[in-house]
Amino acid sequence: MAHFDEKAKPFSHKWLNERMAVDTVKKVLSTEYWIPKDINFLWAMGMILAATFGILIISGIFLLMYYQPDVKTAFDSVNYTIMSEVGYGWLWRHIHGVAASVVFLVIYIHMFTGIYYGSYKRGREMIWLSGMLLFVLFSAEAFSGYMLPWGQMSYWAGMVITNLFEGFSPTIAGGVANFPGFVEWLRGDYVPGQAFLTRFFMLHVFLLPLAIIAVIVLHFATLRLPHVNNQKGKEIDFEEAAKQYKHGNKKESKVIPFNPVFLSKDVFVMGVYFILFFYLVFFHFEFAMDPVNFDPADGLKTPAHIYPEWYFLWSYEILRPFNKDLGLIAFGFAQVAFFLLPFLDKSPVVAPANKRGLFKVWFWVMIVDMIVLTVMGKLPPEGIWTIIGLVAALVFITLFAVLPFITKKEKKA
Amino acid sequence: MKEFKILAVVVILSLITYWGVEPFAHSQMHKHVVGNEFNYDGKADIADATKEKLASKKAFWGEVNQIAKLPGNAAAGEALFATCMGCHNGAGINMGGVVPPNLDHAGNLYDKKYLIALIKDPAMASNVDHKYASTMMHPMGAVQAMVTAPQQIADVVAYVKTKKVGKLTPKVAYEEACGRCHSNRYGGLTQLGETPKFKTEKEALAHQMKVLDEQDLVKKYMGKLPPDLSIMIRARSEQYMETFIENPQTQLPGTSMPRVGLSKEGYEAVKAYLEETGDPSKDARHAIGPWVILFFVIFTVLAYFWKKHHWKDLH
Amino acid sequence: MSNRRDFMGMALGSFAALGALGALYAAKRTWDPLPSVKSAGFTTIDLSPAKENELVTEKWRGKPIFILKQPADAPKSDREIHVAGGRYLVVVGLCTHLGCIPAYLADKKQFKCACHGGEFNSVGVNTFGPPPRPLDIPPFKISGTSLILGETGPEYEKMLAAGLTLKV
Ligand code: HEM
Ligand code: FES
Repeated sequence: MAHFDEKAKPFSHKWLNERMAVDTVKKVLSTEYWIPKDINFLWAMGMILAATFGILIISGIFLLMYYQPDVKTAFDSVNYTIMSEVGYGWLWRHIHGVAASVVFLVIYIHMFTGIYYGSYKRGREMIWLSGMLLFVLFSAEAFSGYMLPWGQMSYWAGMVITNLFEGFSPTIAGGVANFPGFVEWLRGDYVPGQAFLTRFFMLHVFLLPLAIIAVIVLHFATLRLPHVNNQKGKEIDFEEAAKQYKHGNKKESKVIPFNPVFLSKDVFVMGVYFILFFYLVFFHFEFAMDPVNFDPADGLKTPAHIYPEWYFLWSYEILRPFNKDLGLIAFGFAQVAFFLLPFLDKSPVVAPANKRGLFKVWFWVMIVDMIVLTVMGKLPPEGIWTIIGLVAALVFITLFAVLPFITKKEKKA
Repeated sequence: MKEFKILAVVVILSLITYWGVEPFAHSQMHKHVVGNEFNYDGKADIADATKEKLASKKAFWGEVNQIAKLPGNAAAGEALFATCMGCHNGAGINMGGVVPPNLDHAGNLYDKKYLIALIKDPAMASNVDHKYASTMMHPMGAVQAMVTAPQQIADVVAYVKTKKVGKLTPKVAYEEACGRCHSNRYGGLTQLGETPKFKTEKEALAHQMKVLDEQDLVKKYMGKLPPDLSIMIRARSEQYMETFIENPQTQLPGTSMPRVGLSKEGYEAVKAYLEETGDPSKDARHAIGPWVILFFVIFTVLAYFWKKHHWKDLH
Repeated sequence: MSNRRDFMGMALGSFAALGALGALYAAKRTWDPLPSVKSAGFTTIDLSPAKENELVTEKWRGKPIFILKQPADAPKSDREIHVAGGRYLVVVGLCTHLGCIPAYLADKKQFKCACHGGEFNSVGVNTFGPPPRPLDIPPFKISGTSLILGETGPEYEKMLAAGLTLKV
């Protein structure tokens, strides 16, 4: 039984400490949460993601005050009420739209930082897997949000993406992976309609954010034991280094406390990021708010060019060059491929890619391939673009196929 | 420094991706149309003409350019304009599919050469001659039998160009030039103009019926109901809007939308109205944006010193 | 040294708080009623069809408006509005206690609120129960035989100045 000081003033430090161990909590979560000193600004991406998620929630709350999830009024509630009647409604919408797009840029930087420095293996598998789960949830969140203004792109993206879940053609799958009626079940209608809009509204404003918050907590928890990686991939004796730091040997110690030392760098990087972010919000938002979606949904007319938002393009392009069934397999593969990374990489070496022989080639080819896939995904599927797209898709698949072999070799070296 | 090198790599890769999915992809997706600065001299029409039409287009625009050189007499034109008043009287009655435009601000709204062409041959001028076996079938086709001599045309146009009742406000420009075919619900406009306030639901519904009737007529004339223009300014690029309004056929071959013949000034006024209804936050964005950015610049500078302070003992 | 640290950290913190204040202002504006709601706050009501001692209910800004033409023999009150020779009580039909709609009992010439038993006389003055003040008179302007609710005319200003009603 713990000891309680009868005389402690309610809500005083001592009083709280006896009841909630605030000092310990503060130590564990911030002042004695040790971060390697040898890190660069790429390690601030995680906090930038958290901050951007916060911005999405805040701006979303204000949009939610006037948005109407009704196929008849959704479009005007966004484009008229919010954009021209609500005080600063346009600001929340621009912030929300730009943040939803930029968050993926940061996610990709964050992911490839992890890949480059080998932060997905040797005890950090759960960090990686929970991170990938966040990626999937964010993708679902972005897609469901895109439905809400009920413009042409909302409607046709809803049509096309839900049709993916039709499964394989009956002839090929022989009924095994063919789900008749599943698409209608998803939509609650034959086409994207009222039921579809309301359920995606529910997903976007409630279920998915809730799941994201839960997985962010999990992601943070997975970081606590293995600690974050560092620029050289060195294994650090955190207890020893922390002792050194606390004794004032800050120069020799290999670690720094999260708060305030690491945080001060995070906040600085965040500041730079916010300058860019708000520049985009006020002066350069078209990339995040597609013009085509300013035409109201019309179930009898497909827009001349339809394409997903930029962050889905690479996986969309993997689907595009193949016939329907093969495309579906390729697409499915692209969705899970990065989950497998910790298990496909057979090398125990944790080091920057540039110091890892063939893996260096693998990494940079992957980066270039992702960019090529992304660009080809937006271009109309004609002529040379189709061929480049096909090659890039095959390269993507091949990269994952060869990864175990090139990393196994690394072990011997 | 190493961090700058890393930053450079991240920025360059991001910019390449951006360039690929935005400017580059869009340049590949949309055909490039060059405008003619709202000059209506028939260049584009002749360039795009089919073999059968080429000769007639050349002849037509040749004559238009000739008439444009004649000095017009506005006083003589005013007398002739009486014939136009039969339709262009502001009564708001649909004739042959559409309400004839009120010409009170025509002097500012429309281009001179376009007006000449329009009186000579409305179907050719509007570049919708493919829709009519003969111009006489065009709602304004009858003008061909009323004002014929080049000097007469020059006079009428000289008079119309003097018609500048009051200031050309964006809204008036929009209503006269586009509003008879296109609604703009964010601006509170139907094809019948502003919707009055009604006391009872019945009266409101009766008005709605009138609007639907008018829309049916326009639909019959145009083949389909022209789209609402409330936020068209955000749904299309600036370049698209400009070239499309100058010559709809360039962006949408075969469209039934006629060329409206706006002058540069007229176009600017119409665009101002489309921005009013479709992008009303533009001014606020430009007013607030720099301050918010300045805020974060200062924030970043302060954060930099905070960071520097904590990191100075570490190395 | 720790002074300097406090200083930079606090400077940054206060500056961020300044930004949060700006965001709060935008949030407050977002919460404001829309301009279209505000401009719909004007209603014209024709008083001429009203009959003596018969309650007419109209709607203004979503609230019920009671119109009660006073019988010729009713005692005079400065809460009445005189329009084209008639005397009218025009009040917001919401109990001044907690906002229920009182019923008019024509035989007793009395308003009775069912929620907590409040009573008002035929010119809307509270006579019994928890209501703290007479029924509120909406801002009005006389125009012929009509009232424009939402605009303020001299007659209303006078009533307001005399403390006969609260501003609604
Ligand atoms: C919005 C979603 C996410 C948030 C809020 C988030 C947040 C964070 C934070 C705060 C950190 C610690 C600091 C840092 O290294 O940046 C971190 C680390 C990490 N995250 Fe995420 N993350 C998200 C998504 C992802 C995704 C999509 C992945 C990849 C699949 C991922 C993989 C990792 C890895 C591997 C680390 C460890 C880095 C290291 O040890 O050096 N995270 N994350
Ligand atoms: S609300 Fe009428 S008496 Fe309480």
